[in-house]
Amino acid sequence: MSYIKKLITKLVLATSSALSFAIYSAENSDYNMPVGVTEVSQSIFGLHMLIFWVCVVIGVIVFSIMFWSMWKYRKSKGAVAADFDDNFWLEIGWTVAATAVLIWMAVPSTQVMVKAYDDAEGEINILVTGHQWKWHYEYMEDGVSFFSNLSTSQEQIDNKIPKGEFYLLEVDEPLVIPINTRVRFLITGNDVIHSWWVPDFAVKMDAVPGFINTAWTNVPETGIYRGACTELCGIKHAFMPVVVRAVEMEEYDAFIAEKTVLAESERMLTSKEWTKEELMERGESFYATNCVACHQANGKGIPPVFPALEGSEVALNDSAKHIEILMEGIQGSAMQAFGDSYSEVDIASVITYTRQAWSNGKNGDGVIVTPKDIVEYKKRINL
Amino acid sequence: MSTVVETRDHDGHHGPAKGFTRWLFTTNHKDIGTLYLWMSFIMLFVGGAMAMVIRAELFQPGLQIVQPEFFNQMTTNHGLIMVFGVIMPAFVGFANWMIPMQIGAPDMALPRLNNLSFWLLPMAFGILVSTLFMPEGGPNFGWTFYAPLSTTYAPSTVNFFIFSVHVMGISSILGSINIITTILNMRAPGMTLMKMPLFVWGWLITAYLLIAVMPVLAGVVTMMLMDINFGTSFFNAAGGGDPVLFQHVFWFFGHPEVYIMILPAFGIVSHIIETFSRKPIFGYSSMVYAMASIAILSFVVWAHHMFTVGMPLAGELFFMYATMLIAIPTGVKVFNWVATMFRGSLTFETPMLFSIGFVTLFTIGGFSGLMLAIVPADFQYHDTYFVVAHFHYVLVPGSLFALMAGAYFWLPKWTGNMYDETLGKLHFWLTFISVNITFFPMHFVGLAGMPRRYPDYALQFADFNAMISVGAFMFGITQLLFLFIVIKTIRGGKKATPEVWEGAGDLGLEWTLSSPPPHHSFTVQPQVK
Repeated sequence: MSYIKKLITKLVLATSSALSFAIYSAENSDYNMPVGVTEVSQSIFGLHMLIFWVCVVIGVIVFSIMFWSMWKYRKSKGAVAADFDDNFWLEIGWTVAATAVLIWMAVPSTQVMVKAYDDAEGEINILVTGHQWKWHYEYMEDGVSFFSNLSTSQEQIDNKIPKGEFYLLEVDEPLVIPINTRVRFLITGNDVIHSWWVPDFAVKMDAVPGFINTAWTNVPETGIYRGACTELCGIKHAFMPVVVRAVEMEEYDAFIAEKTVLAESERMLTSKEWTKEELMERGESFYATNCVACHQANGKGIPPVFPALEGSEVALNDSAKHIEILMEGIQGSAMQAFGDSYSEVDIASVITYTRQAWSNGKNGDGVIVTPKDIVEYKKRINL
Repeated sequence: MSTVVETRDHDGHHGPAKGFTRWLFTTNHKDIGTLYLWMSFIMLFVGGAMAMVIRAELFQPGLQIVQPEFFNQMTTNHGLIMVFGVIMPAFVGFANWMIPMQIGAPDMALPRLNNLSFWLLPMAFGILVSTLFMPEGGPNFGWTFYAPLSTTYAPSTVNFFIFSVHVMGISSILGSINIITTILNMRAPGMTLMKMPLFVWGWLITAYLLIAVMPVLAGVVTMMLMDINFGTSFFNAAGGGDPVLFQHVFWFFGHPEVYIMILPAFGIVSHIIETFSRKPIFGYSSMVYAMASIAILSFVVWAHHMFTVGMPLAGELFFMYATMLIAIPTGVKVFNWVATMFRGSLTFETPMLFSIGFVTLFTIGGFSGLMLAIVPADFQYHDTYFVVAHFHYVLVPGSLFALMAGAYFWLPKWTGNMYDETLGKLHFWLTFISVNITFFPMHFVGLAGMPRRYPDYALQFADFNAMISVGAFMFGITQLLFLFIVIKTIRGGKKATPEVWEGAGDLGLEWTLSSPPPHHSFTVQPQVK
């Protein structure tokens, strides 16, 4: 008997120390809410832990009384039921107590909320647009803009090669922002609703077509911060991460300057004479980044939702229609309009590529579409 | 509650019809209750199989078993089937069986309507599930079907989905009309409203909620139908519409819907706890007022599902405060259950075990609900696995545990046979353990940043996801044991007395009837003092 008692004591001790260790490590582990780097994210973490502990305390009190009653008043031990079924003051008491705890929690929650929800102008304002399935960033003051695509390879996703450290959390072009600067994000959606989330900034805001939502941050430390799209937006919902690189102001200025030069040279490319091979090469990489999700690398699509390009009448013999689809999209389908978001060179090259790739080159009319054709199209539409 | 009952022999020619037509044309509340319960049991395995596909894919990072397109169809249909095809019809099944027997009536007030409400449902789910076999695949936009993903960008099978939701809605509204009519008109003499059993109270309130919000759901899917087929732009920003409007209308239905799935559970658990504590429920009136306040508050908290949609500050704060208020009546209910056990004389048969499991784990789901109500913190929780953990804690060890508890509690009454207590307890413990292995780690992966509805995830979430999947497979297999126990009980077993549980005769009219009860439950109205 005493052996069993000792065993029970040991078990209780072991469980309680394991529990307190678990609680301690939970608070500081990767499996709790990230503390984050901004003032807002840290206040939110504090709020989260406060509410968590309030719940734990209430839970421990309620459950102890319940389990103690179950132990103490079990019939097998000869317990006889009492005959009361209400107690006015007790019921008033716990209702008032619950209300008091809630009011006590509402005060700091409101304070943090007011701080987090401040839509005043930023020193830098960035338009964030959610597309199926990538993010587009535009620096409002400098006119610089670019797309940010997942850079994890399809082979990693299909388990053909080992997964990298930042599997599904890496992009070709991260958003770059300066530290110690108030940055305001203007967030909207191009097609369906997305949601832009960076846990370390505690910024999560839906990107709704037709609306511009605002959020802001002020990051004190340089670093790379990774986040995700958190509103179901279709088949590639899990494959459009958010990556933000926070840098010193000088590095940021250099980045903007470099981007501005790059944009200028892109514009120059439109007037350049393009060979078929150059267009094919550029088109192939554009296709791999922007089209394979639906139309697949082999051009066979996933019919009937995403039609095949190989052997399609438009891709074989109707270059005018082909340009129109790329520029305007197809109403009521997942095919978006690329005309406003990409350069003439990109559009021309991907059209040329899809007219030549697979068996299309030998079965179709073999028309090469050049950036100038796209410029012509734009002029015609504007008239 | 004490009662006077006249028993009377039943005429042989007045029993149920024979063969298939017994079920097709039945107007008997017990037969219809049985149909509802079996349909939701079958749908539990259909929706459960979809959950198994989801967990198999998420067992490891990378895409192994299914492609994202099919994965999205699985998450969508799992949610729709579990909500509309399992939890809701199962509670209607309980309502059909128990409400006439608990209020001393011979049957439901509108028996033919009752038949129609049931038979609409297999049609609705036949339509919904058939879309999975169509070339474009079934609905893939989440059970909340946010526009424009569910309109402009949806597969054309969305039209079948809309029609199916319409049919389910009609069924629910007709069922609710029947339940309200029965409760308000057919109570035994002496049973005033404040003497009604708590399960009946729970359902009276639930039926009003259903009548209030089902038309809203029908409205929102009709607007989708117009947007998709007739060129309107309710939810299309390019045509001057508003995608956020969809969410407001949907959640105006959706939040009361959440309480539709829990109020009857509160009633069942209250009956079981008082029976096995051998002590009347503590604070009956406050239990009734708590259910009523939860129902009323449910109409003013909908936007707490939309805290990141970009509402103005005043709106965010209003919905946070209103949501926090709900913790008060819910807390009162938990306190009352604990106070009922306090100084009782407790035994722990399977229904009691499931009810204690309910009180414990539902409270944990309530705590995470309170955390989610805090707007700034919700910016971090929203649309992550923390939310998935929260609503599974209130729906699985919440609503589903209450349904299982109720099944064990009333099966001896329904069938006349006792279930196998050893197997019942085994079922409870396996379910209790696996449910926690499945859903508890979801809190951690959610806090660590894993968004919901992801077919693939970053490497730091791998360990817990493997654990969640193992728990889910355990949970799924365990429910086959439940099926076995139910069939075994129907086929035979120790005969049950009318009272079934010690002392239950004083706790409700259903325990004054024979086990199994006569075809027309109460042919002579009992007198309630």
